[in-house]
Amino acid sequence: MKNLIILGAGTAGTMMANHLEPKLSKNDWVITIIDQYKTHYYQPGFLFLPFDIYTTKQVKKKGSKFIPKNVNYINTKVDLIIPEENKIQLENNKELTYDLLIVATGTKIAPGEIEGMDGPMWYKNIFDFYTYEGAKALRNKLRDWEGGKLVIHITEMPIKCPVAPLEFAFLADSYFKSKGMRDKVDITYVTPLSGAFTKPKATKALHYLLEEKNIKEVTDFNIERVDYENNKIIDYADTEVAYDLLVTVPTNMGDQLIERSGMGDDLNFVPTNKATLQTRDYENIFAIGDTTNLPASKAGSVAHFEAEILADNILRYINGEELKEEFDGHANCFIETGNGKALLIDFNYTQEPVEGSFPFPGIGPLSLLKESRINHMGKMAFRWIYWNMLIKGIHIPFVSATMSEKGKKIKESQTLN
Amino acid sequence: MKKVFINKEVDVNEEGYLIDFNQWDREVAECIAGECEIVMEEKHWEVIEYIQEKHQNSEPLSIRGIKKSGVINIKEFYGLFPGGPLKKATMIAGIPKPKSCI
Repeated sequence: MKNLIILGAGTAGTMMANHLEPKLSKNDWVITIIDQYKTHYYQPGFLFLPFDIYTTKQVKKKGSKFIPKNVNYINTKVDLIIPEENKIQLENNKELTYDLLIVATGTKIAPGEIEGMDGPMWYKNIFDFYTYEGAKALRNKLRDWEGGKLVIHITEMPIKCPVAPLEFAFLADSYFKSKGMRDKVDITYVTPLSGAFTKPKATKALHYLLEEKNIKEVTDFNIERVDYENNKIIDYADTEVAYDLLVTVPTNMGDQLIERSGMGDDLNFVPTNKATLQTRDYENIFAIGDTTNLPASKAGSVAHFEAEILADNILRYINGEELKEEFDGHANCFIETGNGKALLIDFNYTQEPVEGSFPFPGIGPLSLLKESRINHMGKMAFRWIYWNMLIKGIHIPFVSATMSEKGKKIKESQTLN
Repeated sequence: MKKVFINKEVDVNEEGYLIDFNQWDREVAECIAGECEIVMEEKHWEVIEYIQEKHQNSEPLSIRGIKKSGVINIKEFYGLFPGGPLKKATMIAGIPKPKSCI
C-alpha cells in the first residue's frame, strides 16, 4: 500500500481529500489528512462576525463532517517534515512515511513581527479580524464602542484575501450609519501600497466608493511600530497615524512547521511551480492554497480552482505522466461594499479585474467590477455553497478552474501586470 | 504611451512605469531616477539589482523583504529613495509597482 498524506484540513486540504478519495484506488492507496485543530472555520465569515451580521455558530463546524469516511483523519500537531526521507514527525513522536505529500497548512497572522502590536493593548483597542478569536473580540468591542478614530490598517503584502480590509472599511461605514453614530466615527484606511485600489480599471471604476463613504486614505505607509501608549502607528518615514481603535491585518506568514522543516521562503511560504502546483524542491511534494508562494491571491476561490487542477496532476504523477501546466492564477471574489451591495471580480495572473458579466457572457446574472444587490446575494449564498459544495469538492456549475475571457471588457485593459 | 529618454523611446503606462522590461537599461533607469530627483550611486544600483532579481523569481516585494535582503536596512532604503521607496525603486528598476488584486 502507498501513502498519500495531506497536511492541513482547512479549505484546500479538505477539498483535496474529497477530490482524491473517489479517484485513487483503495487497493493501492491510503489517504491520511492531519490537522491539529478539530474545528473547520468558514473564514470569509470572519469579515461579518465583528458587525453581528453572522453569528459564531455560522462560521464554524466540526472538521470531521467534511472528511470522507475512507480517509484517515488525525488531529495531532505535526512537528517536522523530513522531505529527504519522505517522512513526517508528529508531536507524539510518531513517524509517518509518505509516497506523496500535499502541503495545505495555510497562512497565519504574525502580529509579533511588529513592535508594540500584540503588546498589552492587543484585543483591548488593537484587533485583527483574520482569526476567529480576533473577529469575536472585535465584535464585542464594537457593540459598545462610542466612536472616535477607527484606523483600518494593512501591515505588509502579501495577505490573505487582499480585499477584506477594504470590505471591512465599507461595512464599518454601513454599521455605524445604521447605529446612528456615523458622525462620531472617523474612518481611515492605511495601506503600504500606493492606494486602496492599485489596478487601473478598478481604481477608475471604484474610487468613488471611498469618497462616497467618507473613508480617508493614507498610502505608502510602511509600519515600523505601534506606539500603544499614545495610540498611534508610526512608519519608517516617521509618518504617524493616530487611532482610538486600530483594526490591523498583521504580517501574514506560512505555518511555522514550514520554517522548522526548512521548506519555505522569508515568509514561510513554500516555493511552488505556479502552473503545476508541484513544489520546486521536491517532486513528490505538492502545495496548494495559502501555503504556496504563488503570485496569486491568497483566497478560498484560488484554492478551489487549484484543487481541481492539482487533483488531475496528482493522478498524472502517480501514472508517471507529465504534469499539466494548467493553473492560471484564477481568482473569483465577492467584495462587500455595504448597504446590501457587493462587487464581483474575476481575474488571473495576467488579467486584471475588468467590467463584464458572470458567469454567462452578456447575461450575468452577476456583474463584474460593479456594485449590485444581486452580487451581495451571491456573497450571502456563498456560505451555503462553501459548506455544502465547495469543500466537499463538488464542481460549481458554469465556473471553470481557469479564467474565461468571455463576457469581460478586456480590450482596452492592460493585460501586462 | 511613449516616452523619450535621451535617444531612446520606451513604452510606459499612465503612471510612468515601463511596460516592457526589455527596454530597460541603466541609462533609462538614470533618466527615470532623474525625474524622481534621485542621482543613482552604487548603493542605489545594488538595491535595483536586488529587486529586479526578486521580480524575476515572481517573489513579492515588501519593505520587510528589503530588511531581510542583507543589501540595505530600511532607514537607508528611505534615504536612497525618499518618499515612497518601493514605488520609486520599482519604477527605476523597470518593473511594476507592488500591487494588490484590485
